[in-house]
Amino acid sequence: MGSVVVVADVDSRVVTVDRQADTKSRGIAAMVRRRLMLLVPVCGVVSLGLFAAAAVSPFDPLVGYLGTRYTTTTEADKASMTVALGLDRPWFVAYWQWLQGVVTGDLGQSRYYGQPVSQVLAERIPWTMLLAGVALSAAIAIAFTVGIASGIRAGGRLDRFVAAACVTVQGVPPFVLSLAAIAVFALGLGWLPVAGLSDGGSDPTLGGVLRHLLLPASVLALSQVPWLLLSVRESIASARGEDFVAGAVARGIPTAQITRRHIVPAALAPFVNVVGVRLPELVVGAVLVEEIFGWPGVAGSVVQSARDLDMPLLAVLTLGTTVAVMLGSLLADVLVVRLDPRVRADG
Amino acid sequence: MDRRTAIAGVALAALTVYAVAVPMFAGVDDRVVDFSSARLAPSAQHPFGTDSAGRDLFVRSASAIGTSLLIAVACAALATVLGCVVGLAAGVWGGRVDRIVMRSTDAVNALPHLLLGIVIVAMFRGSVVAIVASIALTHWTQVARIVRSEILRLREREFVDAAILAGASRFHVATRHFVPAVLPQAMIAVVLLLPHAVWHESTLSFLGFGLPPHEPSLGTLLEEARSSLLLGSWWTLVFPAAILVVATLSVAVLGSALRARVTPVRPSELRL
Repeated sequence: MGSVVVVADVDSRVVTVDRQADTKSRGIAAMVRRRLMLLVPVCGVVSLGLFAAAAVSPFDPLVGYLGTRYTTTTEADKASMTVALGLDRPWFVAYWQWLQGVVTGDLGQSRYYGQPVSQVLAERIPWTMLLAGVALSAAIAIAFTVGIASGIRAGGRLDRFVAAACVTVQGVPPFVLSLAAIAVFALGLGWLPVAGLSDGGSDPTLGGVLRHLLLPASVLALSQVPWLLLSVRESIASARGEDFVAGAVARGIPTAQITRRHIVPAALAPFVNVVGVRLPELVVGAVLVEEIFGWPGVAGSVVQSARDLDMPLLAVLTLGTTVAVMLGSLLADVLVVRLDPRVRADG
Repeated sequence: MDRRTAIAGVALAALTVYAVAVPMFAGVDDRVVDFSSARLAPSAQHPFGTDSAGRDLFVRSASAIGTSLLIAVACAALATVLGCVVGLAAGVWGGRVDRIVMRSTDAVNALPHLLLGIVIVAMFRGSVVAIVASIALTHWTQVARIVRSEILRLREREFVDAAILAGASRFHVATRHFVPAVLPQAMIAVVLLLPHAVWHESTLSFLGFGLPPHEPSLGTLLEEARSSLLLGSWWTLVFPAAILVVATLSVAVLGSALRARVTPVRPSELRL
């Protein structure tokens, strides 16, 4: 790894460092290319599998479309509806037409919402971004500060308490966490609203949205904190035992500065890595939290569109999430390679 | 054995006794609906209270543990078998097969598990097979990776060279030398997958994609709690949720204790 640096010879050293930076950038570029190329077959397989599975599914999409009216609708009406909704096409024809539409920018019509899919996305993605963004930022801030504090004194009272709390929260699924939060803060104490975006159908105001955001965002953040926090704590604790920390102590550098300049940077790359690895779980948490709190985002629509087999919407949501998660973890990996001089891009 | 493992063991044993004995001796059918005793608070007669259809939650929770754990064991076992087959294939053939297999493993791993699970179960709703398949199909990746790296390590060993020199076929080496060697790891993988499987089953049932509402599982009980909660019946949430958390945590603790026995790792990892 890396070339030997000849410290005495200033010129050659500069050249060596440059070359190192150069191979690194090329490595990153290659990694990005490889991963982007992987994106196409993955999306192809996922979408193809989705349409094929829908074809063998015993569930009649008309049940989802008509709801309770299904039993009162005549067979003739059902037949004409099937044709009108395009449900009589063989699945590969449906897939091909859908694919053509997606490529040309026409995402189709959502049966559940009775709107074009693009409009559903445009209305709902901002709310998901708000919820997930606030939750992820909060989770990162908490994990980083508390993780450093407890990792610096590993085995101390704070550390033991934090580790036990994290392991316990890891055992609670996000949907139980959500229900418990509703039971305590919305129903028991009555401090915060149970669900939705605004009170009683009124127009959302900034204060109202923030009040409705507080509970779901806290639950989503809390469900992600343990993994992130334990990882920070672990890397801080192990960085403390590294030779470069012992060297810094031996040179008489003040403790606070060692923490800031030597220990924390060493923990940064693994932390970014863990955030990237946890992205799929953030999506899962967002799906559950949005569903339970009635948050009008896209993640909650996953459940709705799956319930009614609303294929145009379900397919776009599944693919969109897949792409978002894969791009997110690619971004995290690029950051890790950039942050840690010891890591090389390889996968 | 440390104190934590002992507590987990006792908790799991108690839950097992509860899950087996209560439905057997209670003499109450947990599916019989009686609206005159709907949503009763915990009392001597109904220690965990009753749900919105008047079913006793003490008995129902006990059956729910059984259902959820059985499904979880099936999921974990199937996922482990799948992972072992994929990992073996990658490790034994190596080269291009290995690259393709591991690339696809990465791809599956990058997908949000629950999303895939929701889609699969939504297509074939209400069936146990769909639940098991959806969880197994999304959880084999970890096992595949462990098995593959184990085999890559084994391939360097002398007894494998000796077997190949003695004329053993690839298949013989794989089944006689590699499979027994990765078996302990596979067993641990089953145990470590159990909490995930319980989580996924309960989540899918909670969202209404899993078991039908009258079948007791931890997920269906919590789904029922969601609406009863709004009417003030806190017990419908507290007891099933506590059972879910205790069960998953104790299995997770026992699983990592088992892993520590078989593969010594860094102490910090053991604490997870």
